[in-house]
Amino acid sequence: MTKLKPWLPLIGIGVFAVLLLVVAPAVLSMHWINNLGKYCCWAIVAVGIGLAWGRGGMLVLGQGVFFGLGAYTMAMHLTLETAGPGSLPVFMILYDPSAPLPAFWEPFRSDAFTLVAIVLLPVIVASILGYALFKRRVKGAYFAILTQALAVALAVLISSTIRETGGDTGLSDFKYFFGFVLDDDANKIMVFMIAAALLIVCLLVVWQLGRSRFGELLIATRDAEERVRFLGYDPANIKLVAFVVAAVMASIAGAMFVPIVGIITPAEIGASASILMIAGVALGGRASLFGPALGAMAIGWGQSSLGSSWPSGWIYILGLVFILVTLFLPMGLSSLSGRAKSLVWRSRTAATAPAAASAPVLEEVKK
Amino acid sequence: MPTRVRDPTLQNRLQNSAPNRERPHVDALIPPLLNGTALGALLLLAALGLTLTFGQMGVINMAHGEFIMAGAFIAYLTQLVVTSSNISIVLALPLAFLGAGLLGLLLEVGIIQWMYRRPLDTLLVTVGVSLILQQIALQIFPAQGVPVESPGWLDGQADILGYAWPLRQVFTIVLAALCLAALAAWLKYTSFGRRIRATVQNRDLAETSGIPTRTVDRITFFVGSGLAGVAGVAASLIGGTNSQMGTQYIIPAFLVVVAGGVGQIKGTVIAAWAVGIALSFFADWTTGSMAQVLAFVLVVIFLQFRPQGLFTVRTRGLT
Amino acid sequence: MKTTRTRRARSLLAVPALAAAVTLVLAGCGSRAGDSAEPTAAAESCIDTSGDTIKLGFLNSLTGGMAISEQTVSNVLHMAADEINADGGILGKQIEYVQEDGATDWPTFAEKTEKLLTQDCVAAIFGGWTSSSRKAVKPVVEENNGLFFYPVQYEGLESSPNIYYTGATTNQQIIPAMDYLAAQGVKTLFLAGSDYVFPRTANAIIKLYAAELGIEIVGEEYVPLDKDDWTTQVSKIVAADPDFVFNTINGSSNVGFIKAYYDAGLTPETTPIISVSIAEEEAPAMGHEVTGNYASWNYFQSLQTPNNPGFIERWKAYPDSSGVTSDPMEAAYISLYLYKALAEAAGSFDVDEINAAAAEGGITVDAPEGVVTLDGENHHISKPGNIGRINADNQFDIVWSSEGFIDPDPYLEGYDWFPADVRDALVAAAG
Repeated sequence: MTKLKPWLPLIGIGVFAVLLLVVAPAVLSMHWINNLGKYCCWAIVAVGIGLAWGRGGMLVLGQGVFFGLGAYTMAMHLTLETAGPGSLPVFMILYDPSAPLPAFWEPFRSDAFTLVAIVLLPVIVASILGYALFKRRVKGAYFAILTQALAVALAVLISSTIRETGGDTGLSDFKYFFGFVLDDDANKIMVFMIAAALLIVCLLVVWQLGRSRFGELLIATRDAEERVRFLGYDPANIKLVAFVVAAVMASIAGAMFVPIVGIITPAEIGASASILMIAGVALGGRASLFGPALGAMAIGWGQSSLGSSWPSGWIYILGLVFILVTLFLPMGLSSLSGRAKSLVWRSRTAATAPAAASAPVLEEVKK
Repeated sequence: MPTRVRDPTLQNRLQNSAPNRERPHVDALIPPLLNGTALGALLLLAALGLTLTFGQMGVINMAHGEFIMAGAFIAYLTQLVVTSSNISIVLALPLAFLGAGLLGLLLEVGIIQWMYRRPLDTLLVTVGVSLILQQIALQIFPAQGVPVESPGWLDGQADILGYAWPLRQVFTIVLAALCLAALAAWLKYTSFGRRIRATVQNRDLAETSGIPTRTVDRITFFVGSGLAGVAGVAASLIGGTNSQMGTQYIIPAFLVVVAGGVGQIKGTVIAAWAVGIALSFFADWTTGSMAQVLAFVLVVIFLQFRPQGLFTVRTRGLT
Repeated sequence: MKTTRTRRARSLLAVPALAAAVTLVLAGCGSRAGDSAEPTAAAESCIDTSGDTIKLGFLNSLTGGMAISEQTVSNVLHMAADEINADGGILGKQIEYVQEDGATDWPTFAEKTEKLLTQDCVAAIFGGWTSSSRKAVKPVVEENNGLFFYPVQYEGLESSPNIYYTGATTNQQIIPAMDYLAAQGVKTLFLAGSDYVFPRTANAIIKLYAAELGIEIVGEEYVPLDKDDWTTQVSKIVAADPDFVFNTINGSSNVGFIKAYYDAGLTPETTPIISVSIAEEEAPAMGHEVTGNYASWNYFQSLQTPNNPGFIERWKAYPDSSGVTSDPMEAAYISLYLYKALAEAAGSFDVDEINAAAAEGGITVDAPEGVVTLDGENHHISKPGNIGRINADNQFDIVWSSEGFIDPDPYLEGYDWFPADVRDALVAAAG
């Protein structure tokens, strides 16, 4: 049993993969496959947040920025692909049909550039931002508020540049996805499978990071940053890596969100959207491996089903989730299993987390 | 059905068009400077409560915007009872302070008191509270929002350097200055203020010295939230009173507190004024949207250089 | 804490395995671009017409920021459904409606549209408010060959075989307003709007038409949708001293604008405002400061038509009433009756047959604003243009009306000042 234990998370991921990639397409209707695809995107963001917040202690309230980077990268490519070579996207025509395509759009015609940009753009932005913030030891509440402010700023910026980005109405009405006709159930299932597979990959990455020396340093930084510094490591670099990985995950999620949902607007990256991305992570358990992903999916499902049958009630429930989980289960639903010591498939890092739960944030604001 | 007729009231106006109605020349810098000062005063009112709850107590109250909303709705309710807007707005100020303060007290006693050692968790909890308060307001009050009539004595403008400065803006500034003075005096000169400062600087020692820190926490939170209520009354005179109104103040208010240096009232004042001025000048030079973007990004860049804000409390402890 | 040092690079095997799985998935999949001219000819309709009820979907934001406006639309749709049911239903079938919440979130609008069409199998969907919500719904109804009835005035330059527009397009609201201003002898105009697609598009059109009419645009300002602070922009209005302000601000931001305008000493006597988003619902929240200013709509509560008094009376008596009637809610009310007229003309709930009936022409609805006629080509309806002045009761005194009803012209084809290349490019892009 003890020999098996380190591998239990991997088995869990395997089961999860089978459920998503084999069982779900077989039993769900197209409508629910689409919805599940959307939840997978939120789950990918959540896995990244779990890494940055749960294990790194950085409450990232502005993941909408990176979600938006990936989403708009993909959406610009799909918009150009739909418009066809040499044509302007429809929304640009009105303001000046004779003006050329804005220069920053041009590279997104290329499939390869788009795919590279989805990964590379968040790396660049998160590196610059993270380096500046962490080197200056901005953390805790400051960090949360600053990232949130940036998400708001980006949303407003996109809203106000209608000719360049489509503005408040965003980009929508995509017909093709890298040559595949989006209006085809087989292709929709494919897009869903890609999103689900990416979620599995992200889980594997976080699992692997958690097992590595880096994972231990990250948790150590969360719990006692000064001691890590005294040991000769630079906490800024450790946090930076986690922050960048989380940003890339959010960007990938945004990129997959676009073909699945069919629209991206600044509202999906602004303040409330960024906070909603946190909700699932808090619910599921931020420091556990599966908690963030399952929590995000649960929130997505709640919005689809409860939001239909009882709209105002759903808002109250969402509010109560924030309140009750934070009050009584700060490490989320996954810590229930730890408390009961009955479920054994939890990751090693999650098992150590409840004890450390309140420690990392002790001194942040009290200066 | 009436057909194409000329509207007589309009003709009056349109006949003595442009040349006859020359206005005095106003220096281009004056309007954004004065508007920005008024905007800064409103931001200060919104942020002043946060310097107490966030700065002094470390609670990140995301429902602060909804306390502002509560203050605005209280101004409206007061007006339903006392219909003369000249008097009701004066009555509304203490009532809004009391009402929002009680909401804050409720939040403190019900939820916050269990999580003083988890500041980031207070953020999450209060996000939930803010969602719920917004939905309640949407369901209780007319969805489109309610009118808060401004008193007659605030109609008109004061002439400042040739610019007709709206009295309502002057009122916001006076109100902010009064709240600021009262808060500063309270913290500095009363024994209670000393207790707050003692609790903030060293909770354990304060407790050992016989200061009832729990009571101190509650009263601090009450006052901080009450100030949001006062901000709400001012906001109701400037913009719409509806369930969504709080959301536009919360992020700028937090940025102001962070930029000013957490817990530093003089820093908050300078930061609020600077952000207000910046917003107005950027709006003057670019667009209202770009002004938001530039102001936010500038604050973030500023914090790169002074991560602790304008002013900091020096302590000997490690971070 | 235990140290575990020995296991590094082992589990990386799993990554290539997954990559292989993804490649497999990619290989096995459906049609590519150019495979067929018509991608999977619209999903099979699952509308159930066997029983004695017909399912319709209502899609409005009941939570979030837009609930401020959309709640009323939802309520009036319920009232219209009750009325039609009491009157015998559509083609003898009682309406059974499914109310969905768009939650002020555009992907949710897309998701709920798909749910209504494929899970609930509704015959048509009614609702939406913002252009973003419409643009989120559009691809989904087109793909599933559903029907969507959109009740709000909008920026035009759009048409879809699957959407019916019962609010005004630009030539039924913006252009009448400009005609009115020109008739009054307005020479200078200031444009103030929220920073999103409707004001930007409307102002682009206004600027073109103003050049034609010889009206000078002396300023143009935008503020984000949810922001109340208009003081700097109003100072610019004071400095520019225009004859009129054309206001395309939407939502509660209007309150901040009107208050800043009033505070700056501007009045309807000195600098009147003409608005396209302030109606009977919105005016009360602005208090007396807005009184005396103008609005351009198709419907006003004060309109003297045969059907209006009854409509107002029924709405006031309705349990979820807001107490006043206004243009967008009247357009929503029309939309359900328009669907009834279409289904009865087609004798069917089938989408293609309904579109065929529309194309034949002659579909009319005896609406509170008068008898409106559907244009079977562009799916918009004819509407009267009206300008009202806000009085102390927050009602509108009608000061100008168009001569007869204005036919809808979403692409402004009847206006030669509108650049033909833009129109052609937009029409071509819309397919």
